[in-house]
Amino acid sequence: MSFIREYGSWLPERVVTSEEAGAWVGADAEWVRTVSGIEERRFAKDEESVSDMAARAGEDCLQRAGLPASSLGLVIVASSTGDKSFPGPAAETALKLGIPGRPALDITMASAGSLFGLGLAKRLTNPMGPILVIGAEKMSTVVMREPRERGVAPLFGDGAGAVLVMPDAGKLELLDVELASDGTYAADLCLAPIKPLAMNGRSVIMQASRKIPAAIRAVLHRHDIAPLEVNTFLMHQANQNLIVKVAGALKVPAERFYSNIARYGNTSSASMLIAATEWSQQTPPLKKGAPVVFAAFGAGFHWGSVLARAV
Amino acid sequence: MDRRSKLIEILRRVAQKDVDPTDDESLFDSGTLDSFALPDLVSALEQEFDIAIPDSDMNPRKFETVARISEYLDSRL
Repeated sequence: MSFIREYGSWLPERVVTSEEAGAWVGADAEWVRTVSGIEERRFAKDEESVSDMAARAGEDCLQRAGLPASSLGLVIVASSTGDKSFPGPAAETALKLGIPGRPALDITMASAGSLFGLGLAKRLTNPMGPILVIGAEKMSTVVMREPRERGVAPLFGDGAGAVLVMPDAGKLELLDVELASDGTYAADLCLAPIKPLAMNGRSVIMQASRKIPAAIRAVLHRHDIAPLEVNTFLMHQANQNLIVKVAGALKVPAERFYSNIARYGNTSSASMLIAATEWSQQTPPLKKGAPVVFAAFGAGFHWGSVLARAV
Repeated sequence: MDRRSKLIEILRRVAQKDVDPTDDESLFDSGTLDSFALPDLVSALEQEFDIAIPDSDMNPRKFETVARISEYLDSRL
């Protein structure tokens, strides 16, 4: 068995409003809000690295769990915005958590990275013990690359989220995982060294609006759970319009999808775990057995879902 | 109702605008369809023409103009 014991997050102090971000590309704040639902996002300082952000989110998670870093069997860091092509930020994150020598795994797949990390942790926690999965991104370094595009630059923000997966006990039991990848669409959302982020928004939305609901239906179907029975959907915060679209496809009220994209923008691999952290802190304990679904879609394309239930 | 008229009716419903595009006019450039209306268009085509459009056919270019949508439907009907 495997469980989610706790969540954690860290967000930079600097708030960048949609007025400011829209002005980079000749758009006003209302346009940014309409196309994305984003009111503001956070940008890290130049000297704050991805591993700094990841370690702070990890520390927040471990502190809430009351568990020392020394108890971890594995650290997984999902990020595609580390300051080096290699190594990724996982080893430095583990060092900053005070556990050099402990295995640390990088997942460089952008938005779906923390979901894949959660899926891996579900499978690995029994042999390896407690696993800390972190998503951390410094998307500000990407969106500031010239030329800044209207459909890209105002959408992203910085931040880090974490989740602690345990083999014995926790708030949610992890029941099932559905993961998929298709390189057919690799060029539709990609980041080459130095160049600006390339995104075919129409292709991303067309595929995401089909693949996310299908992945969610797949895990629910295997457990004979109807979408309307799910207590909360914790989805990658890519765009509020996409969240509403996915909710509509599943025929559930959009309010069932926790959303904080208005305040943080799209923080790529970090977003689902930042959302889970806030949701967890704002939500009274769930009724035993209540289903919760995690879902994400991103560059690759990689996508999937994880089904859990309240303990 | 012929297929073109049916397509225009579907586009008007999906776009929620009283549009009347020419066959080769880009539905994206003209503002008839945005990224989030595209999946709705595909769903409407599936329903109206009783076909299942696979994810592998979910290429925006296939649905960019009335002519291309019509060509795609020819290949499926």
